[in-house]
Amino acid sequence: MEAERARVALTVNGEARTLELDTRTTLLDALREHLGLTGAKKGCDHGQCGSCTVLIDGRRALSCLALAVAQEGAAVTTIEGLADGDELHPMQAAFVAHDAYQCGYCTPGQICSAVGLLAELEAEGLALDDDLIRDRMSGNLCRCGAYMNIVPAIREAAG
Amino acid sequence: MRPFAYARPASAAEAVAAVAAHDGRAAFLGGGTNLVDLMKLGVAEPAVLVDVTRLPHGEIAETADGGLRIGAAVRNSDLAAHAAVRERYPVLAQAILAGASGQVRNAATVGGNLLQRTRCPYFQDTSKPCNKRRPGSGCPARTGHHRDLAVLGHSEHCVATHPSDMAVALAALDAVVHVEGPGGARELPFVDLHRLPGDEPERDTVLGPADLICAVELPGLPIARRSAYRKARDRASFAFAIGAVAVAVETDGGTIVDVRIAFGALAHKPWRAYRAEDALRGAPATPPLFAAAAETELAEAVPLRENAFKLPLARALLVRTLEELCRP
Repeated sequence: MEAERARVALTVNGEARTLELDTRTTLLDALREHLGLTGAKKGCDHGQCGSCTVLIDGRRALSCLALAVAQEGAAVTTIEGLADGDELHPMQAAFVAHDAYQCGYCTPGQICSAVGLLAELEAEGLALDDDLIRDRMSGNLCRCGAYMNIVPAIREAAG
Repeated sequence: MRPFAYARPASAAEAVAAVAAHDGRAAFLGGGTNLVDLMKLGVAEPAVLVDVTRLPHGEIAETADGGLRIGAAVRNSDLAAHAAVRERYPVLAQAILAGASGQVRNAATVGGNLLQRTRCPYFQDTSKPCNKRRPGSGCPARTGHHRDLAVLGHSEHCVATHPSDMAVALAALDAVVHVEGPGGARELPFVDLHRLPGDEPERDTVLGPADLICAVELPGLPIARRSAYRKARDRASFAFAIGAVAVAVETDGGTIVDVRIAFGALAHKPWRAYRAEDALRGAPATPPLFAAAAETELAEAVPLRENAFKLPLARALLVRTLEELCRP
């Protein structure tokens, strides 16, 4: 194998996958171009918009700034892996119930980020309030401006 | 992005050797949140990436003097959430949470945070000259857009600021950096890690290319229990500072017994405010004296056309933070 290519084995949405990739491939491109999982979106591709957010080992992460080759052994969950069959993840259901999107482009990233956020706050022992949601969700931009409905959706999913 | 080879060594010594073997064409890879972006922009073009995220530097451990030794591979969010950090060094937890976004903090490592590059727009734009990116090419920021850039310690060659929030807290906390390099292991005071640009703006720190930060050590520092970080920025969250201050203070009956102060976003390095500290030690804890101490520290500032606002901003940040911390 030439030096600029590498093999990476990881789990994506519960399924073991092995890819042989150019080392420059980001996790986002590996998901979209090599595994056909186009839920995570390429917005800015520079870590500023959050539309590429996925969960790596349960933690929210920017797949556009993560090199795929550095994810050896990781468990990646994308928006496609959140639902249980036909049953939506509670965060997905809350986004639907609150109409927390307009065009939908940022939505997969918003939902993955919100799922990661709730786990972080639980670990930190912090109570959720709207200001904390706004601060901790600032890595996800919505150009349609659906924030007014995203905040209550996350609050509801937090229970 | 230029093609590169990827290596994941098992020990710090192997990582150092791997980078040293490539004569400046290799780079350590932490969380990648800055480096991968710079590679996409063509600002960084390493031929080899040496991944140091899986070295045994992922722990936060108590030290004999009541401090903490923080492994360089600890993720920023884990450091901010750590119970001992929140209780004994609140300024550090606050500074980390004031930086970047949740996703970035989950990936970014302690070592990588310290070695992130300036966000000066000319540095990040390969179509423009920049002495930091291409030594000798010139500094368009000095006469161009420098509203967010340095007011203290800059040179004719570079007016960049260091972007880290975490580093400002570490500068105030008397932290020590543990480094492993081609010549072996060494320690240096955190305040000596970053440097002023002088006539070598391409060097952000005193480290050589194959020097690996392995840990940052916080001393046992009772004063740090009463500490805070205050950051001014153009939007409420996920923006770099235009001014920031880290403060720890101990008072006794309205008098300042001891104090630690560092400013962020004012210089090429986190700016430990020794002169302000000296002015405050033993003084009554009153806002006019807080303001006078800030003026003492900022007296040597040389603001540029667009950024003189940073001086009253920095003064106000210090006064307000000391007021809150000194409230009985």
